[in-house]
Amino acid sequence: MSFADIKLLLLDKFGADVIIGEETSGIQPALLIAPGAIAKVCLELRNNPATYFDFLSCLTGVDYSVEDGRFGVVYHLTSMPYQLQLVLKISKENDRSEDNLPSFPSVSSVYRTADWHEREAYDLVGIFFEGHPDLRRILLPDDWEGYPLRKDYKNAEFYKGIKID
Amino acid sequence: MRAKAFTHMLREPQHDTLCLLYRKQVTDALKRYNDKIAAASVEDMVLNMGPQHPSTHGVLRLELITDGEIVKEVIPHAGYLHRCFEKHAENLTYQQTIPFTDRMDYLASMNNSHAFVMGVERMMGIDKDIPQRVEYIRVLVCELNRIGSHLIAIGTYGIDIGAFTPFLWCFKDREHIMGMLEWASGSRLLYNYIWVGGLFYDLPVGFEERCREFVNYFRPKMVELNRLLTDNQIFISRTANVGVLPMDVAINYGCSGPVLRGSGLKWDLRRIDNYSAYPELDFEIPIGTGAMGRVGDCWDRYKVRVDEIEQSLRIIEQCLDRLQNELKRTPDFDPRAKLPRKTIPKAQDYYMRAEGAKGELGFYFIADGKSEIPFRVKARGPSFNNLSVLPEISKGVMIADLVAIVGSIDFVLGEVDR
Repeated sequence: MSFADIKLLLLDKFGADVIIGEETSGIQPALLIAPGAIAKVCLELRNNPATYFDFLSCLTGVDYSVEDGRFGVVYHLTSMPYQLQLVLKISKENDRSEDNLPSFPSVSSVYRTADWHEREAYDLVGIFFEGHPDLRRILLPDDWEGYPLRKDYKNAEFYKGIKID
Repeated sequence: MRAKAFTHMLREPQHDTLCLLYRKQVTDALKRYNDKIAAASVEDMVLNMGPQHPSTHGVLRLELITDGEIVKEVIPHAGYLHRCFEKHAENLTYQQTIPFTDRMDYLASMNNSHAFVMGVERMMGIDKDIPQRVEYIRVLVCELNRIGSHLIAIGTYGIDIGAFTPFLWCFKDREHIMGMLEWASGSRLLYNYIWVGGLFYDLPVGFEERCREFVNYFRPKMVELNRLLTDNQIFISRTANVGVLPMDVAINYGCSGPVLRGSGLKWDLRRIDNYSAYPELDFEIPIGTGAMGRVGDCWDRYKVRVDEIEQSLRIIEQCLDRLQNELKRTPDFDPRAKLPRKTIPKAQDYYMRAEGAKGELGFYFIADGKSEIPFRVKARGPSFNNLSVLPEISKGVMIADLVAIVGSIDFVLGEVDR
């Protein structure tokens, strides 16, 4: 099943409100999905016997530059029975304030891999995942301030009163 | 009464930063976790295993909620070795990042840099121009490194179970591999040998012959090791039917490499993606069969690694055949001939996956098309995903069995924490 077939299949099922576009410029084409529907789309892709994307290879939180003010999550799915790969992207604008993290639905109910990957994205990029069972920091300590992989992150000078060189 | 006091203490915000955290949406998860530990400290017993425990294979802290000898729940705490590889990669050029990839899975550095380099080459569109000799040398050193990594997995697993001798044997044999890779690259553990577009240097003169000697020396050693450990009744009793990981759970948790193959699925990216020189090489993909217990138990995962060493030796022999015959070294061969002057890929994003020693090793690049520095790099470490299945398969096991399960997953904390 080719990328175009998968796109058609999803368009049939969800319509153009959910499958809002595609990126075909690079060597790996990607489908752009409406942020709110990502869990639904993943569930369909996993359960549909024609696609069977049962393996979430990678989940990446991305901060698309400060000027843009956009945050996104990229999903790399693999279908083991059909040996296919698919890239899904969601993104959303955000004002970067401390109290208002960009928020996307969690896919950890579909792929348990997403559990730790989403914790990592929360930890390092500062993306909140709605419906995640246990969204704590995973690599940094619980009381760390800021999100290091954000483009406007300033290196911490002190941690618990200890100077960081 | 005691319970109440204790819960109160844990819930109390300890200083300003924690107060700040408590205001945010995510406080809930942290609070739930604190409450759980507080309650468990009263009802059951909370036991810290690590970060300095020898059988956590590095600095991993496992928080166990135990009822006597039974583990009710395992909560892994990673991050003690966190260096934020991804932040480093965003500040350095592609070529400069290669030494940092070496430090992820430091037991199989060659495999890491191979995956990273292939991703950059594909984005640059030069992956078809790489000379065959370079591809074969890359595969050769990767497979040597894979054997080294598996030897550590097997040796330390023996120690976890209580067998000391295999550890010494494995380290002795691994030393030969270290020596050869040091001869080729100049360092023992972190090589920086595979570069974008080529290699650091050609293999030293006489490497192929010595490598073949090693293969001939090492084959009988594996037979001995199997007699000592693999078929050892004590070892089998400790590992068979322990930590059974069903295939569907393994896939859902993103397990890959020997952990997934131990659960009985023939999934090896060297065959699926057919990258580098692998399509021309003949090897088999060992899977777990449940020979000593059930499919997907600790013994199966262990056995897959033992069998993979055998297959890696086959690959090495085939590489040596080609490298000594049709791809023989010539005086004018320059492994740096195809090195790009400037590594500036077109604006795009690309996910490269390759079979590392522990499983699917992925690098996701976002290139902006203007600079030599990537906009974003995400590393998908196989150990990170393989470790995430631990709480699932170690519910209700004995503490001693937990050690067996942790060892059989074979993770490297350098890669979990990155």
